Amino acid sequence: MPDVIPDNSVGLVSPETYQFDEPLTLRSGKVLPSYELVVETYGRLNADRSNAILICHALSGDHHAAGYHHEADRKAGWWDECIGPGKPIDTDLFYVVSLNNLGGCAGSTGPRSVNPQTGKIYGPDFPVVTVRDWVNSQVRLADRLGIRKWAAVIGGSLGGMQVLRWAISYPERLGHAIAIATAPKLSAQNIAFNEVARQSITSDPNFHEGRYLEHNTSPKKGLMLARMVGHITYLSENALRSKFGKNTDEQLPGSSNFGRDLKTGKLSFAFNIDFQVESYLHYQGERFSENFDANTYLLMTKALDYFDPSVDYDGDLSKAFAHSHCRFFLMSFSTDWRFPPERSRELVENLLSAGCQVSYLEIDADQGHDAFLLPIPRYMEAFRRYLLRVHEELSA
Amino acid sequence: MRPDLEIIQHWIAPDSRVLDLGCGDGSLLHYLREAKNTVGIGLEIDAENINQCLSKGVNVIEQNIDFGLRNFQTDSFDTVLLAQTLQALSNPDLLIDEMLRIGRNGIVTFPNFGNWKSRVYLMGRGRMPVSKFMPYQWYDTPNIHFCTVKDFDALCREKNIRVLTRTVVDNEHQGNWYMRAWPNLLGEIAIYHLTRD
Repeated sequence: MPDVIPDNSVGLVSPETYQFDEPLTLRSGKVLPSYELVVETYGRLNADRSNAILICHALSGDHHAAGYHHEADRKAGWWDECIGPGKPIDTDLFYVVSLNNLGGCAGSTGPRSVNPQTGKIYGPDFPVVTVRDWVNSQVRLADRLGIRKWAAVIGGSLGGMQVLRWAISYPERLGHAIAIATAPKLSAQNIAFNEVARQSITSDPNFHEGRYLEHNTSPKKGLMLARMVGHITYLSENALRSKFGKNTDEQLPGSSNFGRDLKTGKLSFAFNIDFQVESYLHYQGERFSENFDANTYLLMTKALDYFDPSVDYDGDLSKAFAHSHCRFFLMSFSTDWRFPPERSRELVENLLSAGCQVSYLEIDADQGHDAFLLPIPRYMEAFRRYLLRVHEELSA
Repeated sequence: MRPDLEIIQHWIAPDSRVLDLGCGDGSLLHYLREAKNTVGIGLEIDAENINQCLSKGVNVIEQNIDFGLRNFQTDSFDTVLLAQTLQALSNPDLLIDEMLRIGRNGIVTFPNFGNWKSRVYLMGRGRMPVSKFMPYQWYDTPNIHFCTVKDFDALCREKNIRVLTRTVVDNEHQGNWYMRAWPNLLGEIAIYHLTRD
């Protein structure tokens, strides 16, 4: 945490755990007899409970979206750029709810939890959860918090898919659906990358068919590889070039070395790390593998792969939105090749066909899929203005 | 409100669906929603205009209409509006077809190049007209397809488009009897209400 908490930070926050004893039937047909959800909230719920915003996290996210847990925290929550006083999701105006989804590894019931029926850790026996299951659990959370209708449900990437599911399955329970850098379903290329990630994990000798915790180990190497592959897909080539091309100007002004900065200044002529991008990926992978659970990673990638709301409507996505009376706000980023603008345009087209009210922006940004987490001025300004208007309409 | 919009809004039915191509800051759609309870969508490419739309709660899609409107379904709107943009399009004729495919009726406004001031300018100076209203040089103008009222009438005939109403006004958007008598000579802005025949 910085020495002085900035005015636009939500500051120190602490999560709360909610226990749910009513069994939850999952899309797979399996049943979670009971579960816990870990939740953080920022801002204050107004008297008529109309100013609540739900934040849906993406693949590796959790409930800690903004602020700091301890004074010693180095990093703020994952969407701190967007959530706080005066920020686009303004905690002076809105009551913001952020949870860790089922199957996660940050405190909500997931593969690291104890299965109440066996008394043992779930591990690989934790059922495959889908976006729909998450949204069903989020509905119960809303009921528990006494929130009949969200002012907005907001998410990027896999979080955006949850937003779309809310709009399809519970249209009367949200005013605005804000889905950023997302897609109506994964492409074959997306699924292919996910499968490489899963294979990296399951082929790690420490994976033990998912029962690594019982063996007091974890498939760190596999998880690290999975994250490295994933991380490449989050960044654009331009982002990598500029991140690792700092020496460009010294070499030849105005030229690019395509991000090929060397780590030590010379080639090793061995199979060591030669380029900075390699050590960066190693670092990202290693850091991730220390905290994240491999079974959770497998579950999250499956939830992504399975998402396709059109399956219930003969493949016609527009029919899925036929009853979505909420208003939609979509944004995409020009260099995002994981969920490129075409995928958002596809969504817009289907929303228009369904007669929905939709706004859509295509933000020029160099940072690839990661852009949705970053304070890109045009993105922040449009986001802020949209939500200011949402707030004005609440008080009107 | 811009005076041409003031004229246009009389042609838009209450509770109808309106698509505004090049919606600017969203003023018209905002007004129509408040006054006539319409559901509107605007297309716009200017970032500041888009922000203004968002602030007004006007639905806005960042989309260049010059790249087509294939993402809009046939008969999905009551009225499709194209205000002061026709002359800047690569294929204005195709866009008119698209407007009347998507909407039951269309409204088009454009600067009339047949106006006497343009004629005098070209005749007298022998150079492309430049005015306060159209301040560009020939090489940097976004307006690449100027036409006259007569030209547009001819296009409508060719395409079997029915002109429900045609009105011309001056740059202050005032009309009078002599403009109605000699629209192509005296009108500065042409406003058409169109439908499929």
